[in-house]
Amino acid sequence: MNDKPLRIEDCSVSFGSVEVFRNLSLEIARGEFLAVVGPSGCGKTTLLNLFSGFLKPTKGNVVCSGRVRTVYQHDSLFPWQTAAQNIAMGLRDLSSDAESARQLQEMLRLINLEEFAEHYPHQLSGGMRQRVELARALAGATDILLLDEPFSSLDYLTRLRLRRELARMLEELPRTVVLVTHDIEEAAQLADRIVVLSERPARICRELSVSIPRPRELTHPTVVETVHAILAEFGLEQN
Amino acid sequence: MTEKRLSSGSVLLPVIVLVAAVAIWSALWLLQVFPPSVFPSPWAVAKGLGEELRTGRLPADLVASLFRVTTGFMLAVLLGIPVGLWLGNHVRSRLAFLPAINFFRSLSPLAWIPFAILWFGIGDLPAIFLIFMACFFPVVVATLSAVASIPSVYFRVAGDYRFSGLELLTKVTLPAIAPEVITSLRVTAGLAWLVVVAAEMIAGRDGLGFAIWDARNGLRMDLLVAGMIVIGVIGMVIDRVLMRLTKIRSVRWGYER
Repeated sequence: MNDKPLRIEDCSVSFGSVEVFRNLSLEIARGEFLAVVGPSGCGKTTLLNLFSGFLKPTKGNVVCSGRVRTVYQHDSLFPWQTAAQNIAMGLRDLSSDAESARQLQEMLRLINLEEFAEHYPHQLSGGMRQRVELARALAGATDILLLDEPFSSLDYLTRLRLRRELARMLEELPRTVVLVTHDIEEAAQLADRIVVLSERPARICRELSVSIPRPRELTHPTVVETVHAILAEFGLEQN
Repeated sequence: MTEKRLSSGSVLLPVIVLVAAVAIWSALWLLQVFPPSVFPSPWAVAKGLGEELRTGRLPADLVASLFRVTTGFMLAVLLGIPVGLWLGNHVRSRLAFLPAINFFRSLSPLAWIPFAILWFGIGDLPAIFLIFMACFFPVVVATLSAVASIPSVYFRVAGDYRFSGLELLTKVTLPAIAPEVITSLRVTAGLAWLVVVAAEMIAGRDGLGFAIWDARNGLRMDLLVAGMIVIGVIGMVIDRVLMRLTKIRSVRWGYER
């Protein structure tokens, strides 16, 4: 087992004449929570698509060793399945029915939606749906979790609540995580390491590490300091 | 208003309308607004209906019509959904065939009546053929447009959770298109019921369409109206039956959001 399950080595990606990445390299350690922030359109989602194998780089090499699950921005639950059935998708590989039933209950308990197990996604609130998405992606034996702006469609308070929940879930079910977001607070509150991307063609213009444990309060001095550093990087606050 | 009061209203209110309609009908007959020979009274129609039921002619015609509609409709659905799935998944085939499908969809199925008789004679076959022609193309179009509009993220998710070939069809594509396809089935079943009457009037020796045509030829306006009532009621029943499909829990999402 290597300890860098996700690696991008000297990758370039272009769509026609649009150059998204030029010679980008990035490594993520096992169990690390990496956040990628950057201006919109800089290629954050493209980065996730490289990791998930959905997209091949024009040049360079992508290494991804482990089972990957992605949480998309919104509405990727199957609307014809109940919350429980959606989560059970994440447990498809378990051979024992009793074991998957037990783990399903465990996941429902983890996201506090036991009473809503038989509800369909359209009967749930946005925050509940996103919790089911997280549970589905975390269920079963997976290694790598890719989060594509998972909370961007939620209201501010729900977003704060779900950050805490994600931190708590990862404590129980540790994963290697890549979070792509334009929400700088979210990155500062959740990630071990934050990579700031520049405009296209994107390069890493800053790396920050945040070493205090999760869950972190939004107003913790280190979080505030990190937010400030990133905003300064974008020229939105004075250095 | 509470749900209970609304649901009792859903029976009571239409009954009031029905009673009022029969009252107006009776008044028109009593005032002799139209000559009695071409405008039967409600009680004559009720008597005719009873007579047709007793002799067994009406049930026999009903069975004949329902058999044709069911066969033609099922054939159209069983062939139309796979064709729609295939066209929905293959852009080039869709480009090739869609204009032809839209051509036939816009062509009134009744235009096929001469050929239906020349090719299939009189009886079940021409009616089934016409019903098939009426239903097949709308089912194809509804299915392919439903397939083409499935959000691509569902297939990304299916890939993440390692759904394979047949599972993609049964666990993603079919449930994703079910609400739209069910809606189109309701519409096309109604169409089939319209077409069978016309088909039987011209290319039949039995069936409800033939029955009202025969009544008109025998100047039995009471039987004609009795036939019309049965046709309308059965059409409503067919729609109610297919509406049950929209109550299935795993398709409700398509109607509620």
